Amino acid sequence: MSKFRTNILICGGTGCIASDSDKVIKNFNLILKARGYDEEVQVIKTGCFGFCEQGPIVKIEPDNVFYVRVQPKDAAEIVDEHIIKGRKVERLLYEEPRKHEKIEQHKNMLFYKKQLRIALRNCGLINPEDIYEYIAFNGYDALGRSLTKMTPDEVIETIKKSGLRGRGGGGFPTGLKWEYTRKSEGTIKYIICNADEGDPGAFMDRSILEGDPHSVIEAMTIGGYAIGANEGIVYIRAEYPLAIERLTIAINQARDLGLLGKNIFGTDFRFDITLKYGAGAFVCGEETALINSVEGKRGEPSNKPPYPAQEGYWDRPTCVNNVETFANIPSIILKGSDWFSSIGTEKSKGTKVFALAGKVNNVGLVEVPMGTTLREIIYDIGGGIFNNHKFKAVQTGGPSGGVITEEHLDTPIDYEHLIEVGSMMGSGGMIVMDETNCMVNIAKFYLEFTMDESCGRCTPCRVGTKRMHEFLEKITSGKGTMEDLDALKQLSYMIKDGSLCGLGQTAPNPVLSTMKYFWDEYIAHVKDKHCPTGECTHLAKYSIDPDKCVGCTACAKVCPVDCISGEVKRTHVIDQSRCIKCGACFDTCKFSAVIKP
Amino acid sequence: MQIKSIEELKKIREKSLKKVNLREHGEESGDQIEVLVGMATCGIASGARETLSAIVDQVSKENLENVKIIPVGCIGYCHSEPIVQLNIPGQNPILYGKVDGEKGREIVKKHIKGGEPLKESIIDASFDRA
Repeated sequence: MSKFRTNILICGGTGCIASDSDKVIKNFNLILKARGYDEEVQVIKTGCFGFCEQGPIVKIEPDNVFYVRVQPKDAAEIVDEHIIKGRKVERLLYEEPRKHEKIEQHKNMLFYKKQLRIALRNCGLINPEDIYEYIAFNGYDALGRSLTKMTPDEVIETIKKSGLRGRGGGGFPTGLKWEYTRKSEGTIKYIICNADEGDPGAFMDRSILEGDPHSVIEAMTIGGYAIGANEGIVYIRAEYPLAIERLTIAINQARDLGLLGKNIFGTDFRFDITLKYGAGAFVCGEETALINSVEGKRGEPSNKPPYPAQEGYWDRPTCVNNVETFANIPSIILKGSDWFSSIGTEKSKGTKVFALAGKVNNVGLVEVPMGTTLREIIYDIGGGIFNNHKFKAVQTGGPSGGVITEEHLDTPIDYEHLIEVGSMMGSGGMIVMDETNCMVNIAKFYLEFTMDESCGRCTPCRVGTKRMHEFLEKITSGKGTMEDLDALKQLSYMIKDGSLCGLGQTAPNPVLSTMKYFWDEYIAHVKDKHCPTGECTHLAKYSIDPDKCVGCTACAKVCPVDCISGEVKRTHVIDQSRCIKCGACFDTCKFSAVIKP
Repeated sequence: MQIKSIEELKKIREKSLKKVNLREHGEESGDQIEVLVGMATCGIASGARETLSAIVDQVSKENLENVKIIPVGCIGYCHSEPIVQLNIPGQNPILYGKVDGEKGREIVKKHIKGGEPLKESIIDASFDRA
């Protein structure tokens, strides 16, 4: 192939073939041959570009010019103008709907621009168990440069200027954290990687450790150099066996190549990493609780100050950063702080990985520049709401966050804006809900989680979350009163004010936020004893519409407790006293005769 | 061997580059074909291990000597796991979704051997990497 100076890539995906791309390919081949260019230009049929709407797609490499809606008759013009004369065919360039600017390079197109992978850059691309593949993709170059060409202060300055902030949820500027730890007095310092991913539904840290463990090792070593630490610890939950295995392999490989150990890159700097397994407690993601756990104590938070940067692991200055934060570091060193700070919004730079889950078509991990809107994530990347249902809300920030409703779908996502609309960034969990999700029930789900995960140190959190959960249980089973709603609110503020760490301070957020945006649902549960979505089974009351029932017996057959009676071709009846509200009859009835509460 | 300078790292990189040149852009590296199988927890949970063994088995059955099978991490496409990426020199990498053992064998037979992609299983990877 190397003998060809130019490649013409033509989409052979189903969509483009349907719009005649086969003929386009044929014409290109014929015309190239006729003009005598078939020896130096090659036509390649490719897989789908994922941009079927604008097909057939033709891409010219290495010029990286992207033509859309190319008809068979256009082949001659592209060959004559572009291939032979080197002039772009303006009329076939892609025109972005919003800007009306012709865009020739496909990397600049909105559709492709939605995702930018910095932290996940190597995930799915390299063999995580082969250090040479990581090195091939510029691995350990950032470490080499930091150690041999930069002073620790210059490294810190670069990270500070890049605007990188903690990706575990806190959003504290990483460079500042490094600087504080560096400036703290003491000869022994530590750097810890927080891999205690506990937010239900979030799994980006696991993916990074499983797909690209060397990026974290490299970044921790850079961090160690910057703050003056010779020892790094990865605090990782024991539920991540594969991540542990790959990380262990990667650490050993790095040691074999002298990238961990003494005299790294021929300098005086020595650094090594050990693993510490956690038992998977949510509270241990909080840095002081984490440090206690690493020391072998109970995973409970301690008072701040002193901050870990002053007195952390064994009372030595300690810097704790999250996995995703670390994964960004090598790219920042290699490409510079200006590059990184050019991505994102005013105060939130770079990208963020989100674990998109719930009622969307394309669940998975997405990494987008800060400032991308929720609408873009849910509809463009996530492919819209599952089963053509209607969007209701999205929960960000996991059990510490809140719901965001349709009116805020166009909010650019960054640390500040999410707080402004009553939620938070958190570690990047993003759960999409549709009209079949009961918001009171959602709040109950998160409260149950925080209630279980409360370490018990602070009474407001330990007892308060339990009481809140009881109120929610009461409300969803139809026994709630208006006083309960007031008590819930009051309790929320008490827990927030009276807790030492982030777990308690944010635990009531899901309740407060659903109350703010879906007060009517709470009222329906309390006053009308009715759950508008039917999700709260205690409040559900399935019945059969006699006008619509044709007596097909389908519902009676599917009922697991045999509480539907009726003869063939006669109206059926549900025995309310025995009904377990499973909804099987509703799903089965083809005549919409079962009325859902 | 220990790396003691940036120059040494560079040398190793250049040596290793040949191994991965094909990976991102379909740049030429002889006739070596690569099959990447997403083998993170999520992929394995959806059956990537069976997919991998089926592909390995089929490749040896077909006596294909220029095919390298590489386990990789997760690209975040949970909705389409197990994921298989096929890199053929001179072509854009192709991403297949929901590849079970049977489909893995088909990819080997039809696409690698026969040159015909399995169109209905192709998914698009629309993101830039840093």
